[in-house]
Amino acid sequence: MVKKRTKGVTIQFIPYAEIAYLTSYKRVKKLVDLSIENRILLIQGKLAPGEEVDLIEETMKYIGKSKSSKFRGIELTTFSPKTKQNLPFFTAFREKVASAMLGNRDVITVIGPATIVREIKKDPTKIQLLLRK
Amino acid sequence: MVIKIIRNFFRRIFFGIFATRKHFKLGFYGPTNSGKTTLANRICKDWLGEEMGKTSRIPHETREIHVKEKVEIDFNSRKLTFKLVDTPGIATKIDYEDFLHYGLKVREAKKRAKEATKGVIESIKWLDDMDAVIVVLDATKNPYTQVNITIIGNLIARKIPVLIIANKIDLRGARGKVKKIEAAFPEYDVVPVSAKKGKNIEEFYESLFNLVR
Repeated sequence: MVKKRTKGVTIQFIPYAEIAYLTSYKRVKKLVDLSIENRILLIQGKLAPGEEVDLIEETMKYIGKSKSSKFRGIELTTFSPKTKQNLPFFTAFREKVASAMLGNRDVITVIGPATIVREIKKDPTKIQLLLRK
Repeated sequence: MVIKIIRNFFRRIFFGIFATRKHFKLGFYGPTNSGKTTLANRICKDWLGEEMGKTSRIPHETREIHVKEKVEIDFNSRKLTFKLVDTPGIATKIDYEDFLHYGLKVREAKKRAKEATKGVIESIKWLDDMDAVIVVLDATKNPYTQVNITIIGNLIARKIPVLIIANKIDLRGARGKVKKIEAAFPEYDVVPVSAKKGKNIEEFYESLFNLVR
């Protein structure tokens, strides 16, 4: 009997607290290291614009770095459910203060290695990860 | 509308600083194959009589920063001098196998991919040096991509004035899509053009003067 090999996809959740207190450099490095290991990352929170370009810059350095490496870069998106648009004034104010103090944890950032994730589509209520065969 | 008027007012004050300089750096940024070099060529052909760089249907044709030291525009009795910086397209992934679909051999494709990754890094490094940026988007494509959001987000963070170009309006796929770009980036002026055919290029020059004056 021939055993069929199955391929798995690892999805790793990274809570806000795990990267919030890292320096920008360490935060980006951690995400790059995990992406190279072919994991799809779901991150609670959002990278700063400067960190996003640093992430792109760093991942570019790994493309074709070694002959054995199949790393081709990443797919990246941020997802912010817009459920808080019509909140009462004081609730909205409280949310903003909490975001300013604790960081914006309502946003989810998705990073997928391009060798696994072909495309990420999103609309206000859902994210679609189109995977490669 | 009111926000745009206030923003333009501050922009004029801000660019008073640049007006006293001989010329400032105008960067062309955007995703790959959006027509940055085609637009740069159009400007250079109009005002210098020569093209700036090679264009191609294969993505990542521009893999190095190209600079025209001095471009002088004399439009409607107004003059503008700037250093034009055409940058390689920014992407989050580069797969040499994608180039094989365009007829490139494996060796050529791998070389192109390697050069393209360096080009992306160079583009990012030059971001801090720009005084104003033209973001060139392909009007036939979805504007809500992370590359577009990241580029514009970084320009906002660096307080660099931005003009968005919805390019390729001569193509059938661009019909009705310019409004989608305007909706995606409501704080910015969006100028629909066809850099290849020269369509609406006067409006582009007008907006360029508004951006820097």
